[in-house]
Amino acid sequence: MSNNLLSLMTFFPLVGMLVVLFLPRESDRLIKSVTLVVTIITFFISLPLAFDDVFRTSAAMQYTEFASWISIGEYFQMNYNVGVDGISLWLVLLTTFIMPIAILSTWNAIDKHSKAFMALALLLETGMLGAFISLDLFLFYIFWELMLIPMYFMIGIWGGKNRIYASVKFFLFTALGSLLMLVAIIYVYYYSVQAGVPFENGFSIAHFASLDIPANLQTWLFLAFALSFAIKVPMFPVHTWLPDAHTEAPTAGSVILAAILLKMGTYGYVRFAIPLFPEAAHTFTPFIATLCVIGIIYGAVVAMMQDDVKRLVAYSSVSHLGFVMLGVFAMNLQGLSGGMLQMINHGISTGALFLIVGFLYERRHTRLIAEFGGIAKKMPVFATIFLIMTLSSVGLPGTNGFVGEFLILLGAFESELRWYAVFATTGVILAAVYMLWMFQRVMVGKLKNPANENLKDLSAREVVVMLPLILFVFWIGIYPNTFLEKMNPSLENLIDQVKSKQQVAMMIEDVEQSAVKVAVIE
Amino acid sequence: MYDYLWLIPIMPLIGCIINGLLGKKFIKNEKVIGVIATGAVFMSFLLSVKYFFQLLGDPVKTHEQVVMSWISVGNLQIDWGFLFDPLSALMLLVVTGVGSLIHLYSIGYMHGDPGYYRFFSYMNLFVFAMLMLVTGNNALVMFIGWEGVGLCSYLLIGFYIDKKSAGDAAKKAFVVNRIGDFGFLLGLFLVFWTLGSEHGVWTLNFVELAEHGHLLGFGGTAVTIATLCFFLGATGKSAQIPLYTWLPDAMEGPTPVSALIHAATMVTAGVYMIGRMNVLFAMSPTTMMTVAIIGALTAIFAASIGFAQNDIKRVLAYSTVSQLGYMFIAMGVGAFTAGIFHLMTHAFFKACLFLCSGSVIHAMHHALHHAHLDDDAQDMRNMGGLRKKMPITFITFAISCVAIAGVPGLSAFFSKDEILWWAFGSTRGSWYVWAIGAIAAGMTAFYMFRCLYMTFFGKQKTNAKAKDHIHESPLSMTIPLMVLGFLALVGGYIGIPAVLGGANHIHHFLEPVFGHAQEAYHIGIKETLHHSHALEYGLMAVSIGVGFFGILVATFMYMMNPDLPGKFTKAFPKFHRAVFNKWYVDEIYDALVVNPTKSFGTFCWKGFDVKVIDGIVNGLAKLIGLISAGLRHTQTGLFHNYALAMVFGMVVMVAIFVLR
Repeated sequence: MSNNLLSLMTFFPLVGMLVVLFLPRESDRLIKSVTLVVTIITFFISLPLAFDDVFRTSAAMQYTEFASWISIGEYFQMNYNVGVDGISLWLVLLTTFIMPIAILSTWNAIDKHSKAFMALALLLETGMLGAFISLDLFLFYIFWELMLIPMYFMIGIWGGKNRIYASVKFFLFTALGSLLMLVAIIYVYYYSVQAGVPFENGFSIAHFASLDIPANLQTWLFLAFALSFAIKVPMFPVHTWLPDAHTEAPTAGSVILAAILLKMGTYGYVRFAIPLFPEAAHTFTPFIATLCVIGIIYGAVVAMMQDDVKRLVAYSSVSHLGFVMLGVFAMNLQGLSGGMLQMINHGISTGALFLIVGFLYERRHTRLIAEFGGIAKKMPVFATIFLIMTLSSVGLPGTNGFVGEFLILLGAFESELRWYAVFATTGVILAAVYMLWMFQRVMVGKLKNPANENLKDLSAREVVVMLPLILFVFWIGIYPNTFLEKMNPSLENLIDQVKSKQQVAMMIEDVEQSAVKVAVIE
Repeated sequence: MYDYLWLIPIMPLIGCIINGLLGKKFIKNEKVIGVIATGAVFMSFLLSVKYFFQLLGDPVKTHEQVVMSWISVGNLQIDWGFLFDPLSALMLLVVTGVGSLIHLYSIGYMHGDPGYYRFFSYMNLFVFAMLMLVTGNNALVMFIGWEGVGLCSYLLIGFYIDKKSAGDAAKKAFVVNRIGDFGFLLGLFLVFWTLGSEHGVWTLNFVELAEHGHLLGFGGTAVTIATLCFFLGATGKSAQIPLYTWLPDAMEGPTPVSALIHAATMVTAGVYMIGRMNVLFAMSPTTMMTVAIIGALTAIFAASIGFAQNDIKRVLAYSTVSQLGYMFIAMGVGAFTAGIFHLMTHAFFKACLFLCSGSVIHAMHHALHHAHLDDDAQDMRNMGGLRKKMPITFITFAISCVAIAGVPGLSAFFSKDEILWWAFGSTRGSWYVWAIGAIAAGMTAFYMFRCLYMTFFGKQKTNAKAKDHIHESPLSMTIPLMVLGFLALVGGYIGIPAVLGGANHIHHFLEPVFGHAQEAYHIGIKETLHHSHALEYGLMAVSIGVGFFGILVATFMYMMNPDLPGKFTKAFPKFHRAVFNKWYVDEIYDALVVNPTKSFGTFCWKGFDVKVIDGIVNGLAKLIGLISAGLRHTQTGLFHNYALAMVFGMVVMVAIFVLR
């Protein structure tokens, strides 16, 4: 059973989708219940991964499966090649963990075409899980595209007033990135075949990473991948699809988008862009770090001025993911593990914040900050949970956000990105400004708007949705080693591999330069 | 030996969780809630006392307890660990002792408040965070407490959630504190990285830092920058220039909060932190000098604002800022013991003053409420002559007032005098730091007696309808007053200097913590002054004289000639307005920092995001739309048009072929 665990986990939602498609359209509750059960079972299927101690010691891919899938003569070979290591482990679990929560949040929120929504959600889950476990670039690309379509429909059909603009924008931005990546993927394959890698290996990442791609070619390929992932992250200045997509998307869509889809971008850098093109990554590090710092500060100051809570949270994502990227590009253990941990943290905290905004929206059908104020008295349980998530997002020590941010900033400070770290640290101040200001305007003060007089506190279902998230806020805050110790071996391995390649490249460059000097002198 | 050290911080956390989760729906009873919360802190106090005496008789003075690992990534190994040494032992006594008394006081003070359970839950959470700060054995656990107390301060300042001003003040406190935390974090990074990469010592553990700190090199750039960063953190937490502005606003919180957090404990965290990292600070004379000068400037600047405030709590708030300035003078001139000593005596007399003001406000509020008036219950101009109505409050307030004014024999006299002596005579001191400190001492005496006279003496200015409803507070409130008043009276006797024939117990007690750095980096009273008792007596006489002068002026202006202040205000209206408006510092900060940041945010959003980026994106989309709209005209669907195009194309191809 454990041999096929990953496939079972990935395709179980797809099976669930087929079941949902055969359910009667009118039985809304049944459809939602079945979907919920499917996602919960998927979570339990994935759970053995969390308890497997092999990740503590081994950097290698585990639970690998391999099958030849499509081959065209001796020219093209694509394999079903999957596995999980310390880098993808927690992202896979985050996905299976968030999905039931997202489904549960739709209980009252999605009231039209719920069958289609649930089917798309399950398809999306398969896409996301597949993307995280793919060890074959082409397979990854298929799953990557598979995620795009359900999300496009989720925004376009179940979104708010401006949904068409938002969904088209989302689609165009991401599709543009995907196309560039596709060209680059095919080119790498072509190059690998030229370089003598047996074509039976297909698009295997491991084999691509072992190639010695010349520097100028690396630059172009890296840029193609980097742009594609940067859009997904999203990094400044290609972030503008995100606020629109988030604001228009239904709550469940926002939660999935923030918690998991954005991580595809950062994960893409860690898994593909950097290890495949280490020298180019090194060359572009100052450039990307600059964008990270701009993103951190820019996202924060723009978030500060928002009048729509959901838009504010969306911009805060730009800021938070700037931190993640800075940690990744620090390319040392603290920075990278902080970045990986912060991906999980962001999934939990920002996912929770979108749920919180959803609760408000379901009650008042508005998300404008000015419409609220003083509702803490009417909704004390809600207020407490909101505060916990706000503090987690602000990175208060004792919560998950702190550990991630601290590791990222420390890692960046220890790397050559020292000054970037100093500027990024100001983001810590700004986060407090925009989050607490929002919290103050929404929750405390006098209750002035009569429309808020009859607000009901959270229902039992809503509390159940939030409790697991709260648990992890404190778990990761107090004992992050549970997560860190299982990702560190893989990260250390990755850093060694990337660093050694970068050093070799730098040595060659030095030798070439001195050779040029010698030539000039002669 | 000290196996249950971890319980000291955990007790209040348990209290917080019990009251927070069960207080509203299940316990409900005010008494039970109050007893749980107070009991939790009191248990910590008892344990602290036990361990304190144990430590007195223990030849080993530093004890660490590691509970479990916290963050472990490569060479970064951080534990959940606690440290018990003379410094933390003393701080534990102050925090849990004063904390228990203030909790007890709050049982009466908060009576009838709908947020009763919430209040005590937050208060317990605060004590927990403060104890983490004090007992953490590494800088990161300290940082948990450091930010944790900031959070609780935020929650408690904004406790009255209906008041917008309270919400604003709470947010301001948190954000300004975060600016300081930014410095703290950078300091951590710099120390960790420099010690690690250059000397192979990857640590944030205080004991190891004290041991290996010298590797950074005396006067080195790294240690100077790092300690300056830490000091930025201290200016935020301990309300020093330039980050002091949040503390006066923090008075929006309930008065016990002001007493506990904004007088006795949290605001002294910066002083404690410097004490904890004394080895690092001692290595950078530049930083030490900065600390001393900032402390001196804050002491005198805040005192000047204290002159013109009419809100009783605001006077005390500025007084706190000013007194904290003294503690930083002490840390800056290397008088670490004197700084901690003043921290302790200040905790006694300032907590007492705040609780007294709370007692007055409580009585005033009650009376005004009874008479259906909305006069300001905190405005001293509505008080006067309360000494007969509230004798216990009056006496304890008066004792503390005399103490803070530096009258010989009371607690603050010893601690303040020790600081001023070091400011003058220390190898890191200078005459001007001493001079500023001495002048500020006189100013302190003036405005504190002004406060005393306006509140308790003279004619009773309370509205006639409310006058008779003013009563002394209940026992649960006055007992803490009496205990704190007593401590304000005698608390200084543990630190009577040798020159006055005392044993200076506190100096010897803290020796294991501070002695090493002082010896290694030649911090102490200058050799030339070492035996000059005459000078020490002389300086003491000057500071006593200045204090009495301040008291005399206050007596003259507010007791003998009550019209004089009014005339003075009229004679110098601009000056008075500037002082009354706190020298417009808040307005300056708004104009220089707050508003530009907001405008920048709006510009980034509406200017850059919407116009530039989306402008390009939408522009591209439009352009493609236009091109395709143009091309669409070729798709006419008419056969002869296509035929014409085909013929044309063929002609062109043939032409190319032929002409080639």
